[in-house]
Amino acid sequence: MTTLHDRVRSSLYGARRWHPVEFIFWALALASFWLFPRHLLLMNEIAILALFALSLDLILGYAGIVSLGHAAFLGLGAYAAGLLAKHGIGDPLIGLLFAMIVSAVAGLLASPLVVKGNDLTRLMVTLGVALILHEVANSWASLTGGADGLQGITITPVLGLFQFDLFGKTAYLYSLSVVFVLFLVARRLVHSPFGLSLRAIRDNVLRASASGVPPSRRLAAIYTIAAAYAGAAGALMAQTTQFVSLDVLDFHRSADVMLVLIIGGPGYLYGGMIGAVVFKFLQDTIAAFTPQYWMFWIGLFLVLFVLKGRSLVHGGIASLLKHFPGLRMRKTP
Amino acid sequence: MSIVLEARDLVKQFGGITATDHVNFTLEKGARHALIGPNGAGKTTFVNLLTGVLQPTAGSVVLNGEDISHLSREARVKRGMARTFQINQLFASMTPLEMIALVTSERLGYGTRPFNALDHDPLVLDGTADIIARFRLDDIMDAPIASLPYGKQRQVEIASTFAAHPNVLLLDEPAAGVPEAERRELLDIVAALPPDVSVVLIEHDMDIVFRFATRITVLVNGRVLAEGDPATIARDPRVKEAYLGEEASHA
Repeated sequence: MTTLHDRVRSSLYGARRWHPVEFIFWALALASFWLFPRHLLLMNEIAILALFALSLDLILGYAGIVSLGHAAFLGLGAYAAGLLAKHGIGDPLIGLLFAMIVSAVAGLLASPLVVKGNDLTRLMVTLGVALILHEVANSWASLTGGADGLQGITITPVLGLFQFDLFGKTAYLYSLSVVFVLFLVARRLVHSPFGLSLRAIRDNVLRASASGVPPSRRLAAIYTIAAAYAGAAGALMAQTTQFVSLDVLDFHRSADVMLVLIIGGPGYLYGGMIGAVVFKFLQDTIAAFTPQYWMFWIGLFLVLFVLKGRSLVHGGIASLLKHFPGLRMRKTP
Repeated sequence: MSIVLEARDLVKQFGGITATDHVNFTLEKGARHALIGPNGAGKTTFVNLLTGVLQPTAGSVVLNGEDISHLSREARVKRGMARTFQINQLFASMTPLEMIALVTSERLGYGTRPFNALDHDPLVLDGTADIIARFRLDDIMDAPIASLPYGKQRQVEIASTFAAHPNVLLLDEPAAGVPEAERRELLDIVAALPPDVSVVLIEHDMDIVFRFATRITVLVNGRVLAEGDPATIARDPRVKEAYLGEEASHA
């Protein structure tokens, strides 16, 4: 006989259990290395964009913090990793860690600006912080190279073994590994008591505080973690291209990542990854035949998607997956 | 009887309006203390002052001997004060089970643990199962809260406040908006609350008030008009006047 205690346990376990589709997803990501050997550089970009979108998902999908300036942390991470490598420490993993710490500290410092206030103030504050950083990087040319970009970055082989190559072999496997590890951490995190309290704050901040959750501190914590994730994405970008330009701090980066997450759907961790694949694929395909008008098409796609297609696509995925046993899709309502 | 909650000369002004006007209030341990009064008497404002949703203009709130006037809402929950709201405040994306597990894990201080699994911790499981059993929510515990009928949502809200193991519970019109058919079950739950928990009940419905209350405070225009046991309050001519006056002005 199953007791209520057992039912409670299996229900709570069911919410975080690995679904077969997840294994397939990661197996495909790895298999792509052999399936599409001529597109490794593009796939590397997709993996980095996916990590950046995962970072946004942690704050937007799970904690309800909207941001139009998430590129601030991407850019900081990229410059941190790039500068470290330029000044003699070219080990990619040390650079990655350094970039994450720098971005996390920045996220922690910026968090008081975003934890209080409504969506509009958050949009403006995050946008403002990113604009300031962009201008700082532009003006401080002695450090960042300004508009010319940061050049002279040399990255040593990963673990001292795998040299970065022109075809992106090492780059893709390195990025994919980092994305996978950080994904595992994020997955653990969102299904923890801490992650549950973030969803509580997102759903209803009044009830969250009446349930004993201190909203400001929890939001500051996830904002800091998400900043570290964005910094990791920036580091991957700097290390795999061995170049950092002002473009990493540009507004379009923040807008793109929002777009990517909305395409894939926030609040279930895979949204950013699926969105990144779709976004890059669209960008690549459309740019191939109408390079000048890429923005027009993505704009049109966005409008149609948000108005109609989102419920169509996500509803379709959800109903399709319902046929698999044991699935618990969790999304923002 | 010992006093668990006390409001001392509590004042709240919104601009020129005094919503709470030097209110003194004491809640005895184990009491079922009803707070009644006509619309706009300041009942909800008063509860918001007690729970920290609003900051008082003057005066203080004392919980179990400690001045909590300047503590945050969540800190008051940690010290044993829980509440429901006039309009359901729930976590729409969660199931009742998740909501109760959340409150339980916060009570245990686990909210800052980013790598624990809820289903691994025996204390979370025990606490959650206990609340689910006590409030008979086992048949709906896995349904999304947003899909439940209003009366059930009300039950979930009361159950989830209980997961915080409060010693003071404030119920802001628990029966408001609940259809007649679901009302009885809800009131049974209120009646079955453990006797060591002290309850403040804000209610319009006099049947409910006189069924539950061991003590009644009448608020009118932000002031305490009368306080006493139910029989005394029922006889008090000023209370009758306040209510009849209101009805007359509505007519």
